[in-house]
Amino acid sequence: MKPFRYSRPDSLDHAGQLTSDADARAIAGGTNLIDLMKLQVETPQQLVDINTLSLGEIADAENGGLSIGALATNTATAAHPRVRSDYPVLARAILAGATQQLRNKATTGGNLCQRTRCYYFTNIDQPCNKREPGSGCGAIDGIARLHAVLGTSPHCIATYPGDMAVAMAALDATVQIIGPAGERSVPVRDFHRLPGDTPEKDNVLEAGEVITAVTLPAPVGGKQLYRKVRERSSYAFALVSVAAVVEMDGGRIARADLAFGGLAHKPWHDPRLSELLVGEEPTAALFDKAADLLLEDAQGYGENDFKIPLARRALAATLAEATGAEL
Amino acid sequence: MEQDKPNRECLLDKTPQATLGKPLSRSEGLAKVTGTAPYAAEYPIADCLEGVLVTAPFARGTIDSIDKDTCLAMEGVVAVIDDERLTSRPAQGTAGEAPVQKPRQIDYFGQPFALVVAETFEQARHAAKHLEFTFTADDLSQVSFDPEGTESERQEETRQGDLAHAMAEAKHAVDARITTAGHASAAMEPHAAIAEWDGSNLTVHASLQMLNYNISEIADSLGMEEDNIRLISRYVGGGFGSKLGISQECLAASLAAMTLEKPVRVVLSRQQVFQNIMRRSETTQRLRLAAGADGALNGFGHEGLVSNLPKESFAEPILQSSQFLYSGENRLLGLDVARVHRMTAGSVRAPGEAVGMPALEVAMDMLAEETGVDPVELRLRNIPDAHPVEGTPFSSHKLAECLKQAADSFGWEAGPRKPRQRREGEWWIGTGMASAARVHNISKAKARVTLKPDGTALVETDMTDIGTGTYTILGQLAGEMLGLPREKVLVELGDTRFPRGSGSGGSWGASSVGSAVYVACQGLRRELASRAGVNEDDVSLKDGRIANGPSLVDLLDGKDLSEEGFYEPGDIDDDFVAAGFGAYFAQVRVNRFTGETRVDRMTGAFGFGRVLNQKTARSQCQGGMVWSIGVALTEALHFDPQDGHLVNCDLAEYHVPVNRDVPELDVIMVEERDPAASPIQAKGIGELGMCGGAAAIANAIYNASGARVMDFPMTPDRVLAAMP
Ligand SMILES: Cc1cc2nc3c(=O)[nH]c(=O)nc-3n(C[C@H](O)[C@H](O)[C@H](O)COP(=O)(O)OP(=O)(O)OC[C@H]3O[C@@H](n4cnc5c(N)ncnc54)[C@H](O)[C@@H]3O)c2cc1C
Ligand code: SF4
Repeated sequence: MKPFRYSRPDSLDHAGQLTSDADARAIAGGTNLIDLMKLQVETPQQLVDINTLSLGEIADAENGGLSIGALATNTATAAHPRVRSDYPVLARAILAGATQQLRNKATTGGNLCQRTRCYYFTNIDQPCNKREPGSGCGAIDGIARLHAVLGTSPHCIATYPGDMAVAMAALDATVQIIGPAGERSVPVRDFHRLPGDTPEKDNVLEAGEVITAVTLPAPVGGKQLYRKVRERSSYAFALVSVAAVVEMDGGRIARADLAFGGLAHKPWHDPRLSELLVGEEPTAALFDKAADLLLEDAQGYGENDFKIPLARRALAATLAEATGAEL
Repeated sequence: MEQDKPNRECLLDKTPQATLGKPLSRSEGLAKVTGTAPYAAEYPIADCLEGVLVTAPFARGTIDSIDKDTCLAMEGVVAVIDDERLTSRPAQGTAGEAPVQKPRQIDYFGQPFALVVAETFEQARHAAKHLEFTFTADDLSQVSFDPEGTESERQEETRQGDLAHAMAEAKHAVDARITTAGHASAAMEPHAAIAEWDGSNLTVHASLQMLNYNISEIADSLGMEEDNIRLISRYVGGGFGSKLGISQECLAASLAAMTLEKPVRVVLSRQQVFQNIMRRSETTQRLRLAAGADGALNGFGHEGLVSNLPKESFAEPILQSSQFLYSGENRLLGLDVARVHRMTAGSVRAPGEAVGMPALEVAMDMLAEETGVDPVELRLRNIPDAHPVEGTPFSSHKLAECLKQAADSFGWEAGPRKPRQRREGEWWIGTGMASAARVHNISKAKARVTLKPDGTALVETDMTDIGTGTYTILGQLAGEMLGLPREKVLVELGDTRFPRGSGSGGSWGASSVGSAVYVACQGLRRELASRAGVNEDDVSLKDGRIANGPSLVDLLDGKDLSEEGFYEPGDIDDDFVAAGFGAYFAQVRVNRFTGETRVDRMTGAFGFGRVLNQKTARSQCQGGMVWSIGVALTEALHFDPQDGHLVNCDLAEYHVPVNRDVPELDVIMVEERDPAASPIQAKGIGELGMCGGAAAIANAIYNASGARVMDFPMTPDRVLAAMP
């Protein structure tokens, strides 16, 4: 671990000033950042402990929505009565992630910003464009079991590994950000980026910007499911996951907001799926068409080829469960 | 005592104390769960320096030069140790001599070659990442990483009759290729050592399983006399084979302490543990079974390819139990080893059977299907009367009984079976079974038992307790023999100042050291009898006195009475085949959409000789079954195809089963006495629980879903790919 300075900002502005230094990092629960610092993957000169800020609140928001503070723990969010009753997909996604001990420390902001679990990213003796731009990508010709099949680039095929944000993408939540240029809001669906030729940037946060909260829109009805396919039943990242918010009306699909984990550098949301599904009767053939659309441009890298058929099956299973269709 | 013949009349069946066998909790349990039992790195030693190993970032080649000065200039750095006596690999179990040293010659990615010592751990870790060195790496195209496609040599072969002919003529034949992944021991406590040097004597607090061998390994590596070395390993946070021989941290700490004349602690990081400590080799196995219409085997073939580094003698002994488990006149068993540049392969819990048995038992399930014979019945029909090649009798054989008892308890529906018969919602549900077998190992061992004037006893041996309950069962054994309740017996382990035990490994600890304690207690009983003036055979000791006679306190008359027991196996293994046997039954559910498999319930029945403690023995069986779930479903080391480095080197990505993966495990311990296995009629139990269990799960996956997966672990992608 590289020696670093440690500071405790007394205001959001102060936090912004401190983190605008390229070598500074905000620390919230520390469950991701400290692991990476021990491995010298992250080598900040300065840690800005934002736990001094009061960003832990979960409160009603305008228009019947809900605001989840950046420092609310994953445990608190998943247990919140409104999350459980109005946004069950979010509670389910959070509870499908990590372990109780980790969730007790993990925060909304930290979870959104958690880094990829690519094995080459976390091993400083291996090439990795994300960790060290220009050094190459070890995973492309290596063990790409965890890696992406959608939206990859020749520079990086990593996935965003989390669960919480996948549910937030399905719910069309918004990330609230404050920074040197003031406040801004970014839909969760646009918060993470595709790697392109700058895989070192996971998301749209700029230096000095801090997440203050995530707001959920007014609740909708219907079924909310989170299906996470993984190698063991707990404490494993998703091979593929599906978050679904689905409403039925007279035997036809009235709403189908879907997002996918484990497939891409970001929680994957494809607006065309909803267009295709809404207004239709749920059938195996329809689900297949949806999968065709979703996976149109999917590309495997050997070790992860299985994700393509797996995503198809997970999608069908989730839609069947949500709509009551027989498969 | 040297055992050359069976001990059919064991005193332990006559003694009245009745502490042996009782389900007592581990005596050190409270200290462990309250954090007061010191593990190797936790000894409070003043002014201890901290060392961190520096590892090679390439697969094969040489370290040409090390620039110590830049590193020494960093804050807190005290020394860079690059002594030629550092080891590049761990020692194999029971080696008793120096492992490969030559630290600058790199044979695998991540091999340590130097140690940075600093005042604090953080300083050492930081500096270790910044040590500058030059190296020459061999061209990767010239280095083999994958055993498939690498030339191999045949290590071992048994031939009898003509297997090819038997296969061609057989009414039913199975010819299956099955692979298993590499495994890590993944013990919770990382490998750690603190070394102290007083100018002539070296003391090492280490986390090791076999001090009796480890002291020789350290002495040989350093060129020292064993008399000048003391090893202490009182508590070991899991070993599973990974701490049989010394590893890099022991010598690194020792050399640093000797150079700097200060205590030095070296703890491997989790990543270093994965990258340097013994792996279980991956295997590719071919099973050939030739049977008649009734399923009786006429041909039996089991061949396998495993791997190791050049110059390592260890080859995952997958054929061990296949040699004698089933009949079959025509036999071909062969083991090939490929030399690859992955870290050293060595013993991981149940070396051999852990992966050989699952492959064999999947093939047996295929044969059951092929012949239409119930899988349990098929096994019963093929139990040989004696060793199928050597003709040696079994010392005791409980396979049939285990099969029957476990089938009963599980509720096995006998008869021909068809896959995909039961579905609940998204889940296919099915059952499967497999036999268990594990060779019985035993070793020479010494232990000293002392009766104290206050009527308590003290047992001393350098045997280790790796969490299995050794402290407790040795106390029970001595208590039983000397007529003392367990709490009147103090057991001291894990210090080379005590008589040399056997060490813990190969499931041999309890029977080896237990026999030494038994022999020592026999001596004490003899002396007590003579002091009391009674015939030795008539001595009955209970609750601190001779029945109808004097108390121990009176007989001791204010003085210690001490006896060292020595036990040695002798020639008995020429006359008998001794092995533990058992059976597993599992019910699983397989998700028809995603291929995810969850184990619903599992039953295991095991015969392993005398049960010394119902609770610790049951825990071992359960632990073995948990490992079976790991072998079947989740555990796999993944190596990079380009430079051979281990990619999943932490507990987040190397998937051992978690609580949620493990259902209620039903364990049946089948009553058995094995007079040839050891004087106390006990056999090993630490490994038997995982010798085939993965196949019960694999066979249940097939029965549930119709997916006959031929590669372990059966992850969702593999199950899906094999689903009809
Ligand atoms: C073994 C293991 C298993 C796990 N399994 C899962 C899993 O199955 N599913 C899953 O989703 N996750 C999993 N996780 C990841 C876990 O969810 C994250 O580690 C956690 O959510 C990170 O939150 P934190 O508050 O601890 O973040 P920190 O470690 O404190 O920070 C992480 C990053 O976020 C940045 N950051 C934090 N807060 C803010 C803010 N307000 N504004 C701007 N930047 C900020 C930090 O600078 C840092 O770069 C696992 C983690 C571990 C260690
Ligand atoms: S996939 Fe991305 S994160 Fe992984 S090695 Fe390649 S560049 Fe690095």
